[in-house]
Amino acid sequence: MDRFVWSNGLLEINETLVIQQRGVRLYDGDDKAKLDVGVVLLSTHRLVWRDQKNHECCISIPLSQIIFFEEQAAGVGKSAKIVIHLHPAPTNKEPGPYQHSKFSYIKLSFKEHGQIEFYRRLTEEMTQKRWENTPASQPIPTATASQAGRTRAVGIVGIERKLEEKRKETDKNISEAFEDLNKLMVKAKEMVELSRSIASKIKEKQGDITEDETIRFKSYLLSMGIADPVTRETHGSGTHYHMQLAKQLSDMLQAPLEERGGMMALTEVYCLVNRARGMELLSPEDLVNACKMFESLKLPLRLRVFDSGVMVVQLQSHSEEEMIVSALDNVSDKGSLTAEEFAKLLGLSVLLSKERLLLAEKMGHLCRDDSVEGLRFYPNLF
Amino acid sequence: MQSFEWPWQYNFPPFFTLQPNVDTRQKQLAAWCSLALSYCRHRKLYTLDVLEAQESALFNNKKISRKLSVEAIQVIFEELRKKGNLEWMDKNKTRCLIMWRRPEEWGKLIYQWVSKNGMVNSVFTLYELSSGEDTESEEFHGLEEWMLLRALQALQSEGKAEVISLDDGKGVKFF
Repeated sequence: MDRFVWSNGLLEINETLVIQQRGVRLYDGDDKAKLDVGVVLLSTHRLVWRDQKNHECCISIPLSQIIFFEEQAAGVGKSAKIVIHLHPAPTNKEPGPYQHSKFSYIKLSFKEHGQIEFYRRLTEEMTQKRWENTPASQPIPTATASQAGRTRAVGIVGIERKLEEKRKETDKNISEAFEDLNKLMVKAKEMVELSRSIASKIKEKQGDITEDETIRFKSYLLSMGIADPVTRETHGSGTHYHMQLAKQLSDMLQAPLEERGGMMALTEVYCLVNRARGMELLSPEDLVNACKMFESLKLPLRLRVFDSGVMVVQLQSHSEEEMIVSALDNVSDKGSLTAEEFAKLLGLSVLLSKERLLLAEKMGHLCRDDSVEGLRFYPNLF
Repeated sequence: MQSFEWPWQYNFPPFFTLQPNVDTRQKQLAAWCSLALSYCRHRKLYTLDVLEAQESALFNNKKISRKLSVEAIQVIFEELRKKGNLEWMDKNKTRCLIMWRRPEEWGKLIYQWVSKNGMVNSVFTLYELSSGEDTESEEFHGLEEWMLLRALQALQSEGKAEVISLDDGKGVKFF
């Protein structure tokens, strides 16, 4: 009860009355306050209590002092109450009916009922916190959470307060973190603009910078995922970078391709090449674009796309007919084969072996047996 | 009745999988159509129920644990229908008439027998034709009535016979 201050009970400017209820006795903690029964008024800014008999006796407390409140049901011979837990009084508090109290909560005892509506209105006001938006003209001592700081926790109230504070901290942290992200995005945009302008300058001054450096710079751009302006203008005919890359790939892949029977899935190529490079890895896009240039650069490799969408790199010397004939031989030999068995036989990946079998089926050399036992291929005896 | 001779495809597992390759499929379907018809002819089956057929020896080769899917059976039946060897008995396509010999072909056989025995201008009841002693050795012996009628109607449209109503059923006069 030591949080209350004497008041004249008049509403300030910007303060509005929300609800009032007569027949209310105040309790300091669990003890009856040394006051009689009065009228309790709830405004947008304060909780005011006035003695019903003696209108001069009027006290108030700002709503901001309220931490939380709860209902206490009526009992035998006891009226329903609202228990209100309060922040500690600020040091500059004006004088009130109590100098000091050992309790940090008060109770409103509703002798003439009205507690349900009052509770509801109080909840509304505490949610809306209208006093924050429109401060009343007279200074009202407020105790915000930040001023309260680390106060001594008392039981459940303390725990709840700590939780509330933690939640606010987390909220704040998250907002701050995303602030950084926004800043990062702004910076990244600047970086992209910068590199674009440098790239175009390079284009203009082609003679002054060595081709090596240009290529290196372009590869940096590409590794950052920025499309090279040169590529855009010459779409289809490729860039120096992709051409160089294609030549490099062709040298690098000869041996592995021969080991694997002349054909490798593009995904296998990607893994092999990037593992070999270690640094300055290739993006899938680059790899595909470089591979597309094999034919036009008259390199002995080809990029090939199967009906199913699977992409492979194969040696130009690799003959499809030979492959199919050998597939047919293998199948006839064993009577029938599944993709897995075929893969094992040839040392190919299952994916590629299936593609080969499907191709042979498409050519009419094989036919399929699809059952619960799996998919098998037979020589086409039809 | 001698046991049915299955064609080589019947024991070839891929025969029971609808082939995706168009050319292969055509050959496969042709083989199935002729197998289905010869099986029905051998067993003198004139109607088929799709679900029962799926479990019958025709579409289900237990020895190699392979059977045709209902989808595949429907495709084969559609082929047969297009060729004129099959007619659906209901809208839901659950039962069908199987004509391993088309009505015209039956009609021809019957007429051949009639003229061979010098019985042109005689009248026969349907029963006499399908179940009479005289026809026991003929292929059309045991022909189901609906099929017989169609055969005779085919002859009728060729002007070689006329279907007439007798006291206790139908009959036919040959010209």
